[in-house]
Amino acid sequence: MRRRAVAPLTVAAALCTSCGNSAPASTSPSAVSGSITVFAASSLTAAYTTIGKDFEKAHPGSTINLSFGGSSTLVAQIQQGAIGDIFASADQPNMLKAVDAGLLAGSPLIFAHNRLEIVVAAGNPKRITGLSNLANSGLIVVLCAPAVPCGRYAAQALQKAGVTAKPASQETDVKSVVSKVALGEADAGIVYVTDVKAAGAGVQGVEIPLSLNVVADYPVAILKDSQNVPLAKAFVSYLLGAGRPTLARYGFTVP
Amino acid sequence: MALPFRKPTRVRPAAPAALLVLAAVGAAFFLLPLIGLLLRTPWAAAWDQLRSPEVLTALRLSLLASFSATAIALVFGVPLAWTLARLTFPGRAVLRAMTVLPMVLPPVVGGVALLLVFGRRGLLGGWLASTFGIHLPFTTAGAIIAETFVAMPFLVITVEAGLRSMDTRFEDAARTLGASRWTVLWRVTLPLVRPSLLAGAVLCWARALGEFGATITFAGNFPGRTQTMPLAVYLALETNPDAAIVLSLVLLAVSLAVLIGLRDRWLGAS
Repeated sequence: MRRRAVAPLTVAAALCTSCGNSAPASTSPSAVSGSITVFAASSLTAAYTTIGKDFEKAHPGSTINLSFGGSSTLVAQIQQGAIGDIFASADQPNMLKAVDAGLLAGSPLIFAHNRLEIVVAAGNPKRITGLSNLANSGLIVVLCAPAVPCGRYAAQALQKAGVTAKPASQETDVKSVVSKVALGEADAGIVYVTDVKAAGAGVQGVEIPLSLNVVADYPVAILKDSQNVPLAKAFVSYLLGAGRPTLARYGFTVP
Repeated sequence: MALPFRKPTRVRPAAPAALLVLAAVGAAFFLLPLIGLLLRTPWAAAWDQLRSPEVLTALRLSLLASFSATAIALVFGVPLAWTLARLTFPGRAVLRAMTVLPMVLPPVVGGVALLLVFGRRGLLGGWLASTFGIHLPFTTAGAIIAETFVAMPFLVITVEAGLRSMDTRFEDAARTLGASRWTVLWRVTLPLVRPSLLAGAVLCWARALGEFGATITFAGNFPGRTQTMPLAVYLALETNPDAAIVLSLVLLAVSLAVLIGLRDRWLGAS
């Protein structure tokens, strides 16, 4: 138990050489304690909630506080002085914003990938088979707004497929797209595989072939203002190690 | 320095120091965020931001939706306020509570509730679509409905309070002089509660202008159709915080201008 957790921790410590702190690399899991706050993209809600609980179980005396939101909203919050220890983004551009603003204590690490899927009502009543169907005028399609990652990715996928969709709405986050389909207001939307999985029985996914799909990289980094670097490092190493099966179970592909 | 007894009217009320301190903190609480916005405003780029078609589209839509919502609220809210103020019937307390519910309900929940009624699979939505061809979600009409839902309670409670505090002897006198019920309502009651009507309408309009949660949940977000100013501000925050600040200032300036302009009119210039 002890040994298994120590190995990824040293990996993370090695990866995070520029973190600029004095925490010894030999920190054993039981040595970390206290609490950290993790700012995580909303698409990580289900997976991180489980991982956080697992981590707390494996490291008694530690508390993982999770704060979910749109990646760009989270960057803005951190920039305006929100106190936290870790930032997990749903895309690279928002992590780059954090890098440029000097908010990080080290380089970001990719811990998961996500793919896109078409979300439709359970049973697929409109018989949607692929992106090309989304151009049908009789179909109510909702997408994420171009400003948010899922909207940007959806636009890329549609462009690859040569499809012009006329969305009825540009939702501000990916969960709203899923809920519009789940409530029956929209016939289809483009969301992450993980969101379809998390949404339960009301909706189902229609796969987008890899050639047209867009892979979203999820980077994570420790924040410069972290008050508990040892625990933050332990959590990041857990994400890259013992937490991987959990991420996969929620639909992410892990590196 | 004896006080002249001839002019006793203009004595300043004695203000306990502690009260003034608390009032100052309260005022600062409202003022400082405004100052924060003003300090962070990129004035040089502000003009260009303002003239951008996205901003103008959102502003136009916001004005259209908020004034339409206020008009609808007047048509249905004033009769409702009159009913609550003047009639005694079982369940009146419950009805009043239901009327003000949108004031405490999280607007997002209000939006979902509206979907459950007016959505494609809602209680009335399917019937509206098949009978009249009316689709509310994702349309400007939907945005207006969402704003009305959230803002109308402000009109109803203000007008109801006005009706309750008004002297009903004027109405009685008009009735005894032979005026019909409608004439009394139009020529006596409504003119007498004009200040409350105006105050209620302005509050309602201001709330509608700032509405976000119910609109985005019920009507979605699409430029020119349902993307009102608050929605545009929220999305601009994602990509261009400076634009978001400029947009917020426009919203603030418009509402402040209307609130100040109407204040004297309904309180009477004193």
